[in-house]
Amino acid sequence: MKYILMAYVQESGWTSLTKAQQEEGMAAYRAYNEALSKAGVRVGSSQLGPSSSATTVRVVNAKTQVLDGPFADSKEQLGGYFIIDVPDLDAAISWATRCPASGHGIIEVRPLVGPSA
Amino acid sequence: MPVPRTNEFDVPPEQRNSSEGDAQSRLTAEAVARRSYGKLVAFLAARTRDVAAAEDALSEAFASALEDWPRNGCPSNPEAWLLTVARRKSIDAVRRRSTGEAATGELQLLAEGLEAAAAAGAEIPDRRLALMFVCAHPAIDAGVRAPLILQVVLGLDATMIASAFLVSPAAMGQRLVRAKGKIRQAGIPFSVPEREELPARLDAVLDAIYAAFGEGWTDPGGTDVVRRDLTEEAFFLARLVTELLPEEPEALGLLALMLHAQARRNARRSADGEYVPLANQDPELWDAKMIAEAEALLRHAGALGSLGRYQLEGALQSAHVHRCRTGQPNWADVVQLYDALFALAGSPVVAINRALAIAQMHGAGAALAAMPELAADARLAEYQPYWAARAELLAKTGAHAEARQAYEIAIGLERDPAVRRFLQQRQVTLP
Repeated sequence: MKYILMAYVQESGWTSLTKAQQEEGMAAYRAYNEALSKAGVRVGSSQLGPSSSATTVRVVNAKTQVLDGPFADSKEQLGGYFIIDVPDLDAAISWATRCPASGHGIIEVRPLVGPSA
Repeated sequence: MPVPRTNEFDVPPEQRNSSEGDAQSRLTAEAVARRSYGKLVAFLAARTRDVAAAEDALSEAFASALEDWPRNGCPSNPEAWLLTVARRKSIDAVRRRSTGEAATGELQLLAEGLEAAAAAGAEIPDRRLALMFVCAHPAIDAGVRAPLILQVVLGLDATMIASAFLVSPAAMGQRLVRAKGKIRQAGIPFSVPEREELPARLDAVLDAIYAAFGEGWTDPGGTDVVRRDLTEEAFFLARLVTELLPEEPEALGLLALMLHAQARRNARRSADGEYVPLANQDPELWDAKMIAEAEALLRHAGALGSLGRYQLEGALQSAHVHRCRTGQPNWADVVQLYDALFALAGSPVVAINRALAIAQMHGAGAALAAMPELAADARLAEYQPYWAARAELLAKTGAHAEARQAYEIAIGLERDPAVRRFLQQRQVTLP
């Protein structure tokens, strides 16, 4: 089954880190991606730009409404995602616990649906 | 969607007035239902993870059995017969429901299952333990785990479970449907967790069984016929777990704890239905056989060398029984056990009971100081045992006005009429 691991993190936390700490953080994510690939479970992943760069779009009565900012205004923001292909939820949870974001944020695990999943 | 169903196998009235063969078939079907329901659900759902579909197919298979068996005689292996029919029913259901690519995948899984069933021969592998781990998976809402186990392992219907858990049948039905949807969609595996994960995951299974047992307790007199007592079901499940995992000390501890509680059940009510607290109970009324079994289980669990919450609670019951039987105070041991329990699973409930034990050793003043702070835990405000314990201790220190008030709150929070009368009695005897 394919799952998406969505990493929700406090963005203010990142800017308060020293340069060395930031470098260490980046290295941890690189290593995690590497481990996903080596295990043959990585389908895709990416870091996202900051929520301040987000734009929200919807169409109401055929009129497009564009708003500045992310959809949910919460302390934790979606900072990145990993799509993995593993046998079951337990395997997905076990990969989620290894994700560096699980130590300083929250990982939401959701199955992908559809023929490609 | 699961169809409403009972574990006792609801036979329409028009089918009841029939010959001996019918009666025999129905008896066989009922016996198989009780013994094999969970086994068949577990086996049917293991590949597809679709518990609701497995239950539907199984209830159709039972209906077929009631038609077929009176005519053609009971099969030599009723379990295998039901499994084969249920498999065919689920293949029909997939064909009806979906076409094209999605159906191909599902049919493939079902075909594999049929092959596995054929390969298994007469003996259907018992995957009920895996099914229980599915129901008590951390991804399933904790509040629905016990109801889910009762339904899919024992085949109880939502109405019966709802009445035991004091929620409406509609709400319970919805929660169960939602949980089964989660199992399928989220891909919760049908497996027994690996060694290193087992203790934590087993705790969730044991907690669910204990919750089912606890629900059976609010009506110890058995006067409330609408509310269903789940004690027997909980014992069945606890014994099942100890059979399937005979070397897990906490599973043995839970069974011991339940046996201890059950052994004293009759003594908790006087002949005229009044509540009798432990200290005033007649040990002659206790079930000595159950107590002996509980003690043997605790010894066996202790020898396995891994202490846990249920063993400690079982040991506490054992200490209470020993004291009441011999008249030898053992409060120091009891406080020590509560200390260990508090360190392991600190909760206001444990703190309250520990304080009551301290009262026996060092007096009510020391006990009041050891009580948990109301300010620290808002839940205490609606917790009857907190107010009853406080009232008891305040009365002993001579703070009668405060005691009266605490009794008042305890009485207001109690839902068992016998316990309410008991508390009212205590309140009016205050000077």
